[in-house]
Amino acid sequence: MVRTYFKITVTEKSWAEACLRKKIMEQKHEERTHVPTRVFVIVWIALVCLTGLTIKAAQMKMGEWSMVANIVIASTKASLVLWFFMHLKYEKRVFKLLIFVPLITVSIIIGLTFFDIWYR
Amino acid sequence: MNETAHIEHRDYVGAKLGMWLFLFTEILLFGGMFLVYSVYREVNTADFHEAGMEMNMTIGAVNTLILLTSSLTMALSISAIKRAAKMRSILFQAVTIILGIAFLVNKYFEWSDHIRHGFYPDSPKLLAMSHGKILFFGLYYVMTGIHALHVVIGISIIGFILILTLRDSVSGTDYVKLENAGLFWHLVDVIWIYLFPLFYLIL
Repeated sequence: MVRTYFKITVTEKSWAEACLRKKIMEQKHEERTHVPTRVFVIVWIALVCLTGLTIKAAQMKMGEWSMVANIVIASTKASLVLWFFMHLKYEKRVFKLLIFVPLITVSIIIGLTFFDIWYR
Repeated sequence: MNETAHIEHRDYVGAKLGMWLFLFTEILLFGGMFLVYSVYREVNTADFHEAGMEMNMTIGAVNTLILLTSSLTMALSISAIKRAAKMRSILFQAVTIILGIAFLVNKYFEWSDHIRHGFYPDSPKLLAMSHGKILFFGLYYVMTGIHALHVVIGISIIGFILILTLRDSVSGTDYVKLENAGLFWHLVDVIWIYLFPLFYLIL
């Protein structure tokens, strides 16, 4: 029986170089994702405007639709906060996908409960 | 060994992923309460509509603006530390803390106003009302109460990070602690974004 062993020798110098390379790559990533202050201020203005809009939508007395409108506006605001303030736009793909796990879980739980309430 | 000694092991992706996983449990915690709210609203639509009229919309709107602005200052404090502008970052962190305290002060006036008018859990005035209104006020106190608790925790965390920034433990080269504190603060903001229309606007 033949067994093959892999032995990787890493000298301290090459290890240090690899670490440094990784650090430089991370720094480059940071520089690429340097968000200008202007972006945050614009997002904040949008959030304030949407708050005004949600109050207007509630005062319009649209019955059931005012609830729908308010949830849609709230979700738009939440998405803006997640995407820009919470940096999801600039994160690795795994972060962008993972956020859907709790959101879909909560949606399924609420959705299935309502099936029970509506069609009982 | 001396050559490698100055290179620390850091895992920013891991640190942030851990924070996000914690935030997911927070989404599920509040998600459960939103489920209870939506079901009781569906069953007692008219009562919820009437009880909403007891709410002070202005104070809710002001608190929304306060939290949105505090999220902006939090994001700006992270931008500042990335540019190694230490004092600027500390200033923005301090403003965030002050806005958080302003939110709680508003909350105090709001709640004491409700209590003065006889709306508090198990109050004789509330118990004499319809079932749906009792549920609305119960949910209001629980949901905004747990949210306010999160604001208190958020303020404490940012205060702690502010001290670390002063001591250069959080700096232009190592700021993941500030980023994670920011993520928590923004999530508290996201939850309020939903609480505001559900309780303060008459839907």
